[in-house]
Amino acid sequence: MSKQISLLIVDDEESVRDSLYNWFIEDGYFVECAEDAKTALSMLENKHFDIILTDIKMPGMDGMEMHRRIKALNTKSIVIIMTAFATVDTAVQALKDGAFDYVTKPFDPDELTHLIKNAAKQITLEAENVALKEKFVDLENVDDIIGNSEPMKQVLREVMSVAQSNSSVVITGESGTGKELIARAIHSNSQRKFFPLVSVHCGALSESLLESELFGHEKGAFTGAMYNRKGRFEMADGGTIFLDEIATISPKMQIELLRVLETKKFVRVGGNKEISSDFRVICATNRDLKSMVEKGTFREDLYYRLNVVNINIPPLRERPDDIPLLVDFFIKKYCTAMNKANISIEENALKKLKEFDFPGNVRELENMIERAIVIGDGKKIRSSDLPLAKDAFDSSYESLEDLEKVHILQILNKYGWNISQSAKALKVDRVTLYNKIKKYDLKQPE
Amino acid sequence: MQTITLITYGKFDTELLERMLSEIASDLGMPVKHLQGHIDMSEFYDAGRRQYDANRLITVVDASRPKDTFKTMGLFDVDLYIPILTYIFGQAYLNGRTGIASLHRLKNEYYGMKPNKQLLFNRFKKEIIHELGHTFGLKHCHHPPCVMLSSTYVEDIDQKESHFCQQCRDELRMNQQIILREF
Repeated sequence: MSKQISLLIVDDEESVRDSLYNWFIEDGYFVECAEDAKTALSMLENKHFDIILTDIKMPGMDGMEMHRRIKALNTKSIVIIMTAFATVDTAVQALKDGAFDYVTKPFDPDELTHLIKNAAKQITLEAENVALKEKFVDLENVDDIIGNSEPMKQVLREVMSVAQSNSSVVITGESGTGKELIARAIHSNSQRKFFPLVSVHCGALSESLLESELFGHEKGAFTGAMYNRKGRFEMADGGTIFLDEIATISPKMQIELLRVLETKKFVRVGGNKEISSDFRVICATNRDLKSMVEKGTFREDLYYRLNVVNINIPPLRERPDDIPLLVDFFIKKYCTAMNKANISIEENALKKLKEFDFPGNVRELENMIERAIVIGDGKKIRSSDLPLAKDAFDSSYESLEDLEKVHILQILNKYGWNISQSAKALKVDRVTLYNKIKKYDLKQPE
Repeated sequence: MQTITLITYGKFDTELLERMLSEIASDLGMPVKHLQGHIDMSEFYDAGRRQYDANRLITVVDASRPKDTFKTMGLFDVDLYIPILTYIFGQAYLNGRTGIASLHRLKNEYYGMKPNKQLLFNRFKKEIIHELGHTFGLKHCHHPPCVMLSSTYVEDIDQKESHFCQQCRDELRMNQQIILREF
């Protein structure tokens, strides 16, 4: 028993209270006694007891009434009813009222011990259950967000703190940093998690299509509108709507959007009935909305309506420590998807990845790893498997000789040091290639 | 010198008693003396339950304990009860000075079996040491061979040893400065 279980004994007979007190004290429980229901209830207002063992027949308020009042206090105490006057009716009523068990005095020592042990087990299980649920909620749907660096930890802290509120959120960050994953994490950890998360990629739709997509349309509203169709705002009722690439929407849509955000009411295209929807808005953009406001291309009122909370995801080049974790994650992901045994990455290749600036961020890294698994030898990801543009055009190679050396090595690695194939690819003869290997002191990796 | 006093109420087998005094003195490392108590047991008899009220008996034993004694055990040969339990083998004041124990339900004859003097002695000794343990401040122990394991049936008493486990010995040493002999 990790935690000391506390017991409150409520009985008008002093001898019963003393006997139970001594018995439970010897068993290592924390025990207090009350001589009537009134005293017990006043004790419960200030203190929590895990188990309440109460008599039914007591002067004043009886045990059944006290049990109902204990339930009204919303305490998690387990109540065990005991009485010397057992009737089936009172037993059934006590259990219907939510009592944990019902015993008739006097009981066998064994019965008492088992009764309390079972109640203690129930308390321990409930505590474990709560702890597991909390743990589950803490980490829900953030498994895909990889990163142990301080900037990413800060992002996750912001996600956790903003999730429980209903405020609008703008997620900013370069393309490929995982803005949609963060939106998903906010939704999954909010009270709206049992309702839908509806995503709209604003940049991919024309103004009229976006209007129809967001608000829905009535049959016959325009050519091709053959049926009534719910809009995304309507679909997101109770949940969250994620508007990606919000900076791309037209001035007309900005006005429409502002009105919907303020009233949470809208009309379907071609319709006249006002529809209400309870949704939370999360937007994402890779552009600087503030400067767009200053230039007059994004409405200031909409900006302030949306940007209640801003979460900025740092680009991958600012958190190179996350690269090994991400590489490992993507290797596992694609090896599983391609039904391949898990492969590793050469130290040199990983070093080069950490030095790369990843303009396409995590998405670019993911594509690189997927490609390397497809074209690689199935054992290890080598530098040559990675399309790091830096290798070919690295400005640190000033002389042609340096560049030649690196290129020959890359080709040799690519063809597994097969001299004939490498020479053919380099369009030189085998002797020349041997001479170059000797000249540059190139060595086959072990 | 700290002394333990065993007060017997009613007639006890002399051989059992002498052996008990000797073994408890040896096991606990302190002198154990014997007194014969005299009370009217009928005052403690509950005709409805046909048992004796252990709560009132322990009060009487506590009141009659010698002033110079460290711990006192009242020994009976009657069926003991407390209001909420159908029976008890014994009870004690936790971290107090007094306990009681009864032979009644420890006898094989109570369960329709042949008498067994050795078994009875072992059970009674374990029960006395268990209750003395409570007076030393020990609570029930979850270590199976330990004498402080809670026992609700005689079979439970038979399963455990007559001495304290290392954890209880350490606690005794800390609480009471008692150093018990090694087993």
